[in-house]
Amino acid sequence: MELREGLCAGQWPNSSSKELSSDPPSSYSEFNSHQGQQKWPNSSILDYGVRIEPSFRGFDQSSEVHAVIPLDLSNKSKVLGPEDVHMQDTEEANNIPDWDPSAMLNNLSFLEQKIHQLQNLVQLIAGGGGQVLGRPTEVAQQHQLITADLTSIIAQLISTAGSLLPSAQNTFTTDLPSMGQLAQPGEVLGVSAGVQPQNNGRSKISEESNQIDKNANHGVEHNNHMDEHDFKDEEDADDGENLPPGTYEILQLEKEEILAPHTHFCAICGKGFKRDANLRMHMRGHGDEYKTPAALAKPHKELGSEPVVIKRYSCPYAGCKRNKDHKKFQPLKTILCVKNHYKRTHCDKSYTCSRCNIKKFSVIADLKTHEKHCGKDKWLCSCGTTFSRKDKLFGHIALFQGHTPAIPIDETRGNGGGPADHSTGIEVINKGSVNSVTFNFGPSTPGETVVHNIMDEKGNLDDPTACFSPLNFDTCNFGGFHEFPRPPFEDSESSFSFLLSGSCSYPPKIGAESSSNNNL
Amino acid sequence: MEESMELRAMKKKKKKNTTTTTTTEESLTNFFDFLSEELVVLILDFLNENPFDRKSFSLVCKYFYSVEAKHRKTLKPLRSNSKHLGSVLTRYPNLTRIDLTLCPRVADNSLAEISNACKANLRSIDLSRSRFFSGTGLLNLALSCENLVEIDLSNATELMDSGAAAVAQAKNLERLWLARCKMITDLGVGCIAVGCRKLKLISLKWCVGVGDFGVGLMAVKCKEIRSLDLSFLPITDECLPSILRLQYLEDLVLEGCFGIDDSSLEVLKCSCKSLKKLDLSSCQNITHVGLSSLTNIAGENLEELTLSYVSPVTSVLADSLRGLPMLQTVKLDGCLVTSAGLKAIGDWCVSLRELSLSKCSGVTDDGLSSLVIKHRDLRKLDITCCRRITYVSIAHITNSCSALTSLKMESCALVSREAFVLIGQRCRFLEELDLTDNEIDDEGLKSISRCSKLSSLKLGICLDITDKGVAHVGFSCSKLKELDLYRCTDITDSGISAIASGCPDLEMINIAYCKDISDDSLVSLSKCSRLNTFEGRGCPLITSSGLAAIATQCKQLVKLDIKKCFKIDDAGMVSLAYNSQNLRQINLSYTAVTDAGLVTLARISCLQSLTILHLDGLSPGGIALALLACEGLTKVKLQTSFKSLLPHPLLKHLEGRGCAIQWRDKVLQAELDPLCWKLKLEDIMY
Repeated sequence: MELREGLCAGQWPNSSSKELSSDPPSSYSEFNSHQGQQKWPNSSILDYGVRIEPSFRGFDQSSEVHAVIPLDLSNKSKVLGPEDVHMQDTEEANNIPDWDPSAMLNNLSFLEQKIHQLQNLVQLIAGGGGQVLGRPTEVAQQHQLITADLTSIIAQLISTAGSLLPSAQNTFTTDLPSMGQLAQPGEVLGVSAGVQPQNNGRSKISEESNQIDKNANHGVEHNNHMDEHDFKDEEDADDGENLPPGTYEILQLEKEEILAPHTHFCAICGKGFKRDANLRMHMRGHGDEYKTPAALAKPHKELGSEPVVIKRYSCPYAGCKRNKDHKKFQPLKTILCVKNHYKRTHCDKSYTCSRCNIKKFSVIADLKTHEKHCGKDKWLCSCGTTFSRKDKLFGHIALFQGHTPAIPIDETRGNGGGPADHSTGIEVINKGSVNSVTFNFGPSTPGETVVHNIMDEKGNLDDPTACFSPLNFDTCNFGGFHEFPRPPFEDSESSFSFLLSGSCSYPPKIGAESSSNNNL
Repeated sequence: MEESMELRAMKKKKKKNTTTTTTTEESLTNFFDFLSEELVVLILDFLNENPFDRKSFSLVCKYFYSVEAKHRKTLKPLRSNSKHLGSVLTRYPNLTRIDLTLCPRVADNSLAEISNACKANLRSIDLSRSRFFSGTGLLNLALSCENLVEIDLSNATELMDSGAAAVAQAKNLERLWLARCKMITDLGVGCIAVGCRKLKLISLKWCVGVGDFGVGLMAVKCKEIRSLDLSFLPITDECLPSILRLQYLEDLVLEGCFGIDDSSLEVLKCSCKSLKKLDLSSCQNITHVGLSSLTNIAGENLEELTLSYVSPVTSVLADSLRGLPMLQTVKLDGCLVTSAGLKAIGDWCVSLRELSLSKCSGVTDDGLSSLVIKHRDLRKLDITCCRRITYVSIAHITNSCSALTSLKMESCALVSREAFVLIGQRCRFLEELDLTDNEIDDEGLKSISRCSKLSSLKLGICLDITDKGVAHVGFSCSKLKELDLYRCTDITDSGISAIASGCPDLEMINIAYCKDISDDSLVSLSKCSRLNTFEGRGCPLITSSGLAAIATQCKQLVKLDIKKCFKIDDAGMVSLAYNSQNLRQINLSYTAVTDAGLVTLARISCLQSLTILHLDGLSPGGIALALLACEGLTKVKLQTSFKSLLPHPLLKHLEGRGCAIQWRDKVLQAELDPLCWKLKLEDIMY
């Protein structure tokens, strides 16, 4: 199955890369500039090339005959005849990275054939017009087919023409012999992004960032554990999969690519598109089978039934565990995983929950999921973290020193309005002291000075070694979270303030008064 | 006791002096001042048995008063309103334990009072019978009294999680009872688990809101736990592993935990080596299959095993329990027992000290005999309602287990009268004997009277005994504290007088439906000054004068049942009201007491339970007045007909005060023939 993928990727080596290059021109030129500056990245890319190429070659030589058969089987459409296969074979034989006139010739002859077939098709429609006229849908479908074919031909023509252009393309292809096979701009660009810090002269950074990343990841996972709003990502799901390195193909999309509001993704290279039509157009670049009317009409249909090379994705963020340069690299399974992972881990949280105004998310789906449950999170820890499930809360409390379950506010209030013979004075006072106790849970709240005040005022009432001192939070690895790319306590901190605002219906100062009043 | 009497005499003497002499002379005559404080404290250390002794002591002089106040460590106040409490607490500065079981209403301000007065001195507080406090009061207590190690919050059915969170502030807490705190959930228990890390004992019995999470967290956080009561909690095998990992756990009660089944016991690989007591009674979903793996869970240190109402005791089960080398106590109440199972228990290499087979069906002479022959060290044996056993069993028991201190054999109807003679002859060390509903006669009783250590004797519905037999008991069993003669219809005044003169320590007597007993018995019983429970129901000859004798002499009277003593009237109530200041429970149904008597009775400040049904002389006004005056009431039984006659605001007020009114609508039943209480032999044979 690897072979087949290889074939697909290799069919239109030059054209595909060129076609794509026209798509995001800016990033491409950026890439080229990097090429000019340094030789270093090339080596890494070469690495990739080497990794993939041998397997490809191996198959190429030993099982070329076999390769034909699956291809033949796969191409059920009448468009690709045996000649096509033959043509592809020859092309593979001439699989030279440099511009090749014979390849160009092949391309042109293919185009010619294509135009001829289209001609036949139109003739057929014109001939049987009377019959078909009764069914307008069918006409429309045929029309669509023709237009699709035409556009594909045009695109092909442009890409073929593009390969003739000198300068940039030329250097590119000569410098990177493996590019043709890889034919994945995302990959190339991603690598360039990953290399960037090294260009800046910080050679040790990757080591360091790996180190930080460990913490960061720990923090993140940790947070996941505590707060299920951070979702057990799909990206975590493949943790247990443990594919040995090299058995899968690693793709890395560029940051911009990930963040682009795309909904349609290329199953081969991972590139995203706003419109499915654009994706289909793009797919054509990956091989002839995508040019069939069937493939164009219903994308990916055939792909599903075909065996494919396992693809895994790498996060472009240098130092991230999901980045392929990381020592303990854990690949991401799908593009969606990449997108969600990148946004959750390396982006600002720009979506705020409109209900609680506290929780922030970087993935809108997360926000929506949260909003469904927002306010229903009744399981609250003294540290301010909320849980929608009781077992999560108790798991959290069992894990950490000094954290205790927080009693819902309404209950405290309800209990307060108890029997009639209570003196309300004491009621209020005690409320105050309850609050002051809750107050002390905070690790380093915005109002840290207030915490200290209360601590002082409580004096001998409160054991300074009690679990609620901020010290304990340090022991739980909560200190120094500023280093984290994404503070694991960002949420809890804010919800902590929520706790304060919610439960402190009395000003915290009352806590101080209580001790004096109690003496009355 | 005697000391205090002496001192009281001195006090009286002193009073006389003060009336006749001037103040300067008085200061000279107060020779108590010459006693050093250490000496007085030493005397005080001996005044423990009777709570009145200390009171008398403190009334001797100012010096004694102050020493006693300083010496007193525990306090059991009658009232908990903050005014009263405040003065009491200032008088006793060194209190370490406050028992509030006599105060049904303890509001938060009372707790605030206690916490401010006692501060760090207070180590223990009992709130198990009190209501109306909330988390705020408890928080006050926990924060002020930092040395609190013991809190009993049982029956705080309205206590919420916030209350539990307040308790969690008592960082040094070691023992905590939360039985029947139904409103507490996992959250509250979680707070306690996190806050009170030194907990050694916790009872969560009937805390039905607490499940695996709370208990599991408790086991994870409180590593010091020795005793854990989880009865009737909806827990499953989820929390069991962490419980069994508690390295000091000695006592584990899992009674009625329906969520624990065979599979949860089988899965458990970890064993708790420290476990000494395990109670799995009424765990309906445990069968012999799960119990067979019990030896894995409870290590070799298990001493007490309770499997009541669980699984049939077969030889298979008994064999599977062989591997518990330290076992001393086995309780199998209510289980189906086979003879083979009993024999297999007999084959255990351990020698049991305590065995309970009450209500076990299938206990036969054969099985029981083969068991007791092997376990000769048995101290306590309970074979209540083992209806199939006969003389043979008793002969074997008495023959091999001569060291028995407790034998309970209620309703062993097939045991012949000769068997009881054997008990008296061979088991001389008996302290507790329950022969209720048996065929014992005077001859047997005479033999049993040789057990001179007997402190509790129950002879209810033993229709064959007469004054003669009871007189033997009175003559020989001077340590008797509890005597039950319920429906022993042949007993008369002479029998009771023999008991009264021979058993000065008598604390509880039941002569209900001994219809021939008259005031003479009560007068003689008034010699037993420690009497705290008198059940004289259905003795129509008793009058107010008899009652007055009891009331004036038995100051410790707590529980009084004079239902159907038709002749008792207001005069009896007057003497009760003036003398029995400790009376907590009274049943006056069918007596001749009227409004006046009831209102007088309301003077008794610690009266908690009052049953007044079928009293012809009562009017709604009188009842209302009495109920209003008697502030300590928690439970009143009234006839339904009064429900509409009493003002609604009054009922509301009583309810708010913590008094529950139970409305009854039962008509007078004719007295049944005494014999009908006896189980017919036909019913037993099957």
